[in-house]
Order: sequence, then structure tokens, then C-alpha cells
Amino acid sequence: MELTVNGNQIQVPNTVKTVAGLLQHFKLHHKVVIVERNAEILEQAKHTETLIFDKDKIELVHFVGGG
Amino acid sequence: MLQIGNNEFSSRLLLGTGKYPDFDIQKEAVDVSATEILTFSVRRMNIFEASQPNFLEKLNVSKYTLLPNTAGAKTAKEAVRIAKLAKASGLCDMVKVEVIGCQKTLLPDPVETLKASEELLKEGFTVLPYTSDDVLLARRLEELGCHAIMPGASPIGSGQGIINPLNLSFIIEQTSVPVIVDAGIGTPSDAAIAMEMGAAGVLLNTAVSGAKDPVKMANAMRLAIEAGRLGFEAGRISKKRYATASSPGEGVSIS
Repeated sequence: MELTVNGNQIQVPNTVKTVAGLLQHFKLHHKVVIVERNAEILEQAKHTETLIFDKDKIELVHFVGGG
Repeated sequence: MLQIGNNEFSSRLLLGTGKYPDFDIQKEAVDVSATEILTFSVRRMNIFEASQPNFLEKLNVSKYTLLPNTAGAKTAKEAVRIAKLAKASGLCDMVKVEVIGCQKTLLPDPVETLKASEELLKEGFTVLPYTSDDVLLARRLEELGCHAIMPGASPIGSGQGIINPLNLSFIIEQTSVPVIVDAGIGTPSDAAIAMEMGAAGVLLNTAVSGAKDPVKMANAMRLAIEAGRLGFEAGRISKKRYATASSPGEGVSIS
């Protein structure tokens, strides 16, 4: 399955089915990550139930230092 | 107490989390500052380096109220999206609206700031717009229902201090919600002056993180903001053209 993640075209195994699975794939599941799938912002609670599909555009953002 | 929306704070120092030499110095500066509100930004993750430490992991986040900014936004639409992303973390419901209209001066775009604030208020955010020292814009933002008004003292990161004290005093005088002086503070005396003028708080970043000793400067800022606030509450004497003796004029033992 091919996804666009943060602007990068990335192949992920087809075993990755959900947003939560994708975060696990990138080893980000223990971090504070905010996910946007095809321009829809997902609450944390939706990560497990939200399915991902080929050609999805995913944005993964987090908090960084700023004023 | 500083009240912003439904939140109450005993510290009047809001501290930014950008550009510290390292996370340990940052943590110590945050501790020493006694701040209760930390600002931060929202950015893409580097998915190829997931092990990179994040500043949130160093701090006991539950101790602080997190104030995400919308820095990076050039339009109201972008600012609203960033605010919603931040809120989706489940860690915060306040937002510092920051819509930059000029990359050289980093001055806020007044029209987009107003639009973004209006939209975010409708969405139920606690909205703190970073604005210029424009008095009428500050009034319009308050009329929209913003929970605090955050005029810049001078351009972001410039350390020039309060360059338009007259406008700032007009804003403080007319505003019923807290006025938090945000951006441009360079020294503890700048922060103290803002507080003496009646500001409800000061938001700092570079003045602390860029200081030779950020921890010491964080402490200096804490003391300056407390001193400035006490001075404001105590009420200064009026300025007089000529001297007024402090010692009694009578009973001088000189024949």
C-alpha cells in the first residue's frame, strides 16, 4: 500500500490497517502524535478505529518548542 | 490571580519553549520561572527519526497549561487548522492565534488574526490572539470575545522592549480581559515596566532562551514580573516637576 505521509511517498506493508497500526509501524505509538487523514483531523480516541487505504494522505504532527 | 477564560493562574509569566541550548537547561529554566503556562508550536514529525526526544517528554506536562501557537500560519484558514490539530491531542483547549503577515518583521496580519480568532471562538477555543499594538484592533478582538489580548512590545525576538508605551497603555486602559504583553521583551526591566503599566502578564521566549544564562534570566524575569505587578497594585506616586522633601522641614538642628 502506498501512502503520502508528511509529503513523502511511502510503502507500508498491507498488514497495516488502521491509523494506530501505522503509528506502531513508525514506532510512534508511545508519543504524542496528532493525525490528519485526507485533511480530516482525528481525535486520539479515533486512532484505533480509523482505517487507512492505498493513496491516503496522512499528516503526522507533534508539539515542538515555540513561543 | 490571572484569569484567562475558565483557567486561573498564580504566575503571570507565560514562557515559550523555543530555542533553548538543550532540554536540561530548558527544564531548569521552566522550573525556576515558576510559570504555569507553556507555549509551543505544532510541526510535522520526522517519521524517519522516531527516536528523537521531544521536549514534552522532559517536562511533567500535567503541571502546566499548554498554550499552542499557530505560528507558521499566514492565513486565518491555516491558523484554524493548526489550532484544531493542537486540540486533537487532547492536551489543551487554549490557543495563541499567531498569523504572521511579514517574514522580515514577523508582525501579525491584523485581518487574518481577527478572522482566525472569530472562527476559533465559534469552535469553543479559549482564544489569546497575538496582535500588534494597534488600539482599535485590540478593541475589535475583545468585542469578538477573545479571552485575552496579547499585544507585542516590539517585533518577535527583537529584544527591543516596549517601543510604543502610549498605545500599550491605551490598550490596557480600555480592555476588560487580561492584556498579556507578548514578544519583544529583552530585559527584566522591560517586563517590569509592562507589569507596572497594568499588564496582566508577560509572554517571553527568546529573552530567556537566548540569554547567556537562561536559568538565571528565567529567575530574573520571574522576580521582575512579580515586582512590576506589586508596584502596579501599590500605585505609583505622581510625577512632579520639582522636588518634594522626604524629611521634615521643621526642627532642623542648625542655628
